[in-house]
Amino acid sequence: MFSHNQTYRTRLLILEIAAILLGLLFLSPFYLVLTNSVKSLKEILIDAASFPQIFHWDNYSNVWSAINFPQAFSNSFLITVFSVVLIVLFSSMAAYQIVRKPTRFNMLVFLLLISAMIIPFQSIMLQLVRVTSLLELRGEFYGIVACYLGFGMPLSVFLFHGFIKTVPIELEEAAKVDGSNPYGVFFRIVFPLLMPIAVTVIILNTLWIWNDYLLPVLVIGGNKDLTTLPLAVTKFFGQYTKKWDLALAGLVMAITPIIIFFLSLQKYIVEGVTAGSVKG
Amino acid sequence: MNRVLRSKKGWAQQVIFLGPCLVFFATIVLVPFALGFYYSFTDWNGLDLDKAVWTGADNWRRIFMNDDKFWESLNFTLKFTVISVCISNFLALGLALILTSSIKTRKILRTVFFMPNVIGGILLGYIWQFIFTKGFGTIGELTGLSFFQLPWLGTPSTGFWGLIIVFVWQTAGYMMVIYIAALTGTPKDLIEAAQMDGARPHQLLGKIYIPLIMPAITICLFLTTSTAFKMFDLNLSLTKGGPGTSTQSLAYNIYAEALINNRYGLGTAKALLFFLAVSAITITQVWVTKRKEVSA
Repeated sequence: MFSHNQTYRTRLLILEIAAILLGLLFLSPFYLVLTNSVKSLKEILIDAASFPQIFHWDNYSNVWSAINFPQAFSNSFLITVFSVVLIVLFSSMAAYQIVRKPTRFNMLVFLLLISAMIIPFQSIMLQLVRVTSLLELRGEFYGIVACYLGFGMPLSVFLFHGFIKTVPIELEEAAKVDGSNPYGVFFRIVFPLLMPIAVTVIILNTLWIWNDYLLPVLVIGGNKDLTTLPLAVTKFFGQYTKKWDLALAGLVMAITPIIIFFLSLQKYIVEGVTAGSVKG
Repeated sequence: MNRVLRSKKGWAQQVIFLGPCLVFFATIVLVPFALGFYYSFTDWNGLDLDKAVWTGADNWRRIFMNDDKFWESLNFTLKFTVISVCISNFLALGLALILTSSIKTRKILRTVFFMPNVIGGILLGYIWQFIFTKGFGTIGELTGLSFFQLPWLGTPSTGFWGLIIVFVWQTAGYMMVIYIAALTGTPKDLIEAAQMDGARPHQLLGKIYIPLIMPAITICLFLTTSTAFKMFDLNLSLTKGGPGTSTQSLAYNIYAEALINNRYGLGTAKALLFFLAVSAITITQVWVTKRKEVSA
């Protein structure tokens, strides 16, 4: 028994060491980017693996102004927040209506939403350029938010739909008997109950919208005032292809916000990803 | 009177609750999608947005008769999808098995493996552009290993494997999370019973775990297949489809056709074919793996 226990522990230890090594391997790209972002270009070119001799923080200050970081960050932030809040609101309302009033029309809408999940973005993007410029949505803040609402709807309605089906109707009936109108029932009774799945919807949409590149290129296009972080960094990379010191500092600045978001909310993020995938 | 009022209220509720969702979904997704059928038969150039002359089946003829690049990129994308889906799911399942054992660092390691996923594909591509061109070179000089001294991103085959490495690095952690959830959900008594009967680890895996987590496998294969097949951001920032067009994904080919060559009509025709291919591949895959699912 003792020896059996011991071999089990040895095995576990080997497994642990192997897992840690693999983890370090996974992290090594981050290490290389981080350490080289504070080196001089010369030092990077001579030795990209060593720890920096002198910390060149000015790489960061130079990029900060070159990509206009505060503006790019606030654009990304505002676009993401506005889109996600409205997606949660509109998709939960729509899902509620579809579940509680399953008329033939509403079921057709639901079916269309689900089927649309399979359409790749590239199959829509060119015509979307046409539609958005016709409606004068291009180059406008509300235009890009409108696009995210459209693309965010299918999965979000689907997730809310699955969840609302499990919400007992008795509570709502009681509220109706007490004289509450449908809007009161939804916003005071049902909506607070939807929080668990709303967190999932928020997380999945935030990760995607924050990181999105192609839609802003097409819809924001030339309007520099609306440039998001991925757009700003891509443009910067194009101009400074071989200036790795600056390019890497820009890269670190661009990924830091979302990494902080992830590390501070990781419990919910992992749960959200799991819930999203099981339903999806 | 009362009924009319009630139905009026009902209408108001329908419009207020479903209206916003429907308006945005229809304008941004449905209408552009439907327009694609029309534009794919025109010579739309994207510059004069209003001018699109009906050219019948010209675009389609061109794609099928006279567009080697498109078929090469389809070929590339299929190869990329099969290989990356296999490797990332294999790795993800392995990680999930290790991180559901009782090792002490499992929580922090889950975070580590998931981390690449929160960063967008475009930025991941830039990170790896640096690793491949500078990082690997230095490691190669230090260790003398020829693996690190290859011209990563410089030749078609190393570029292909470079994209695979980055895709796997990005995707494995996400799939790992789904596999972990499935593995923790497997009934413990079943596994203990099998262990009592003297099942070896590989038998446990093949006869108990895999059949039980088949729904998760279906989902993970679906997710990886569709993301791999639609790869664009990574392709753009890592290789730009090069050298030449040797690592051009289908999504990138459509993008280049329209936005670089200004052939929007041809682009929409390709995009429609792309939609059909994505649907066919993912639906077949889900259908095949669904049939292997069992209920516990």
